[in-house]
Amino acid sequence: MKKTTAGYREISHTADWALQVWAPDLSGLLVQAARGMTALLDLQLAEAPRLEHLLTLDAADPESLLVSFLTEILYINEQEHLGFDAFQVSLDGLHLEARLWGAPVTTQRKEIKAVTYHQLAIQTTPHGLETTLVFDV
Amino acid sequence: MGFSLSIFHKISDYQWEIPASYRHDLRVPVRFLATRKVLEAALDDLSVEQALNAATLPGLAGPVVIMPDMHQGYGFPIGGVAAMLYPQGVISPGAIGYDINCGVRLLASAVPFEAAAPLLDKLSAALDSACPSGVGAKGALHLTDADLSAVCRQGAAWAVKKGLGSAADLRRAEDGGALDGADPTRLSARARERGREQLGTVGSGNHFVEVAVVSDILDPAAAQTLGLFPGCLTLMIHCGSRGLGHQVCTDYVHDFQSAVQRYGIQLPDRELVCAPLNSPEGQAYLAAMRAAANYAFCNRQILAHNARQAFEQVFAGRVRHAELQPVYDITHNMGKIETHLIDGQNVKVCVHRKGATRAFGPGAPGLPPEYQSLGQPVLVPGSMGTESWVLVGQSASMDLTYGSCCHGAGRVMSRSQAKRTVRGDALKRQLEDSGIQIRAGSLSGLAEEAPQAYKDVQMVVETVVGAGIARQVARLRPVAVIKG
Repeated sequence: MKKTTAGYREISHTADWALQVWAPDLSGLLVQAARGMTALLDLQLAEAPRLEHLLTLDAADPESLLVSFLTEILYINEQEHLGFDAFQVSLDGLHLEARLWGAPVTTQRKEIKAVTYHQLAIQTTPHGLETTLVFDV
Repeated sequence: MGFSLSIFHKISDYQWEIPASYRHDLRVPVRFLATRKVLEAALDDLSVEQALNAATLPGLAGPVVIMPDMHQGYGFPIGGVAAMLYPQGVISPGAIGYDINCGVRLLASAVPFEAAAPLLDKLSAALDSACPSGVGAKGALHLTDADLSAVCRQGAAWAVKKGLGSAADLRRAEDGGALDGADPTRLSARARERGREQLGTVGSGNHFVEVAVVSDILDPAAAQTLGLFPGCLTLMIHCGSRGLGHQVCTDYVHDFQSAVQRYGIQLPDRELVCAPLNSPEGQAYLAAMRAAANYAFCNRQILAHNARQAFEQVFAGRVRHAELQPVYDITHNMGKIETHLIDGQNVKVCVHRKGATRAFGPGAPGLPPEYQSLGQPVLVPGSMGTESWVLVGQSASMDLTYGSCCHGAGRVMSRSQAKRTVRGDALKRQLEDSGIQIRAGSLSGLAEEAPQAYKDVQMVVETVVGAGIARQVARLRPVAVIKG
């Protein structure tokens, strides 16, 4: 199957969940990873009210930024019962400012315990960046 | 992936080893407790590679040992055991796992299945209500900050002091249901926040509450000592430290990314990040991990109390002897300071067990007096459609596995494949047709946990028994399963 320029797909993992994610650049990769993780959570969102959440993060390296970004989204999901379906990420080096749009969760069928660093490495490909994320479930 | 059986040196029908010379960065050999069949099945995923990676950690006191329920996880495989020299070796949060002190508690009754069968539907509903499970489940207790600290220091005893259990519950739990050295001040604000409302909840994934019948007894004297009666109901609880424990591991895996640089530690996988046990970072994680472990002990204590109330509510006036007595409470994901005989010397080590249980043999310190001559009970859940086992640890476990054993059947099929090949509603019908009541928060979650996604538990048990690290006491047949 031919890949689009940016996207994600679930790949096989015996105990947990794994996502392959690709995009032209790091901000796009972060957005695709957030979209993929949200799909795994199997969320249904209320039609209203629509909410916007702002997020600011700094990290030591791109992989840590990816883990921290997704971990923040999981924390908001659990603590505030919010789900997000649109993401905008701006980067200044490894300083991230993100806008997340979403709504209260009406049903959620799956839970992710953690975003892991397992063999996490963001690779450069001819089309941009690619990585594989493993989530503990 | 891509490993061949030829890289393993066969020690016996139940033990295989990859020597330290196999890869330049291995510090110790990796020993697999497995039959040829178990080992061949493990070659299909990343568990062997993950085991080899763990053998690169600094300060290992002896071989990394892998149990027959091994499967691919993250960092260290599920079923992995590693002993680090204390205090100069390292501690690795990712090699212990996010669900700190995920574990199993078994309770037993004298209720014959025949007497309970007409009430099984009511019992399932009562347990489902008493033991909140699934995504976002909250417990009935709302902890103050002081309560949360007390739970993290006292473990199961916190609940017992509140009347939610008995002294026997504490006696029949690993470490009496509380680890010394827990320090709740080492928890982040987020860990505390997540822990405040989740005490007394099961969670999701592979966690469950299961009612089973003692279907076979292989050692009548041991079964009697453990309080297991043929044909009678038991109750098993599988859960851990919930969001509090997940957050502790998340926090320290993050912090240790820089710690490995400070201590000049090079690793093949960032999930294995670690810090010396005698460093401020290592000591902080150890104290936080113990706090999370105590939260998990308390969580299972409260769930056991709630399950007892459900039994009483359903059986009162209808069935005699409906009390649930504790058999044992064991832990799966833990780092514990223990002394083991290694190369003829007693060595103090931090045993990392990830998806593996302690399984001390007869006479080992810390066992309840009534179990001293038996050895530690080892509880091995199968899958929700297949049998579970009660074993007792044997002395050989101290020689071969740092006093450890398997923790379950172990997965063999990925979650994505299970979702593609199993329909949750069809599975529920199939299990109910075979006499197992199912309460599930999510049908797709149920499909991911289908019995066919797991190894044959009989094969796993035969391996640990064949290796001599445990012996069989009783087999349990599930009749009602509550899953998140």
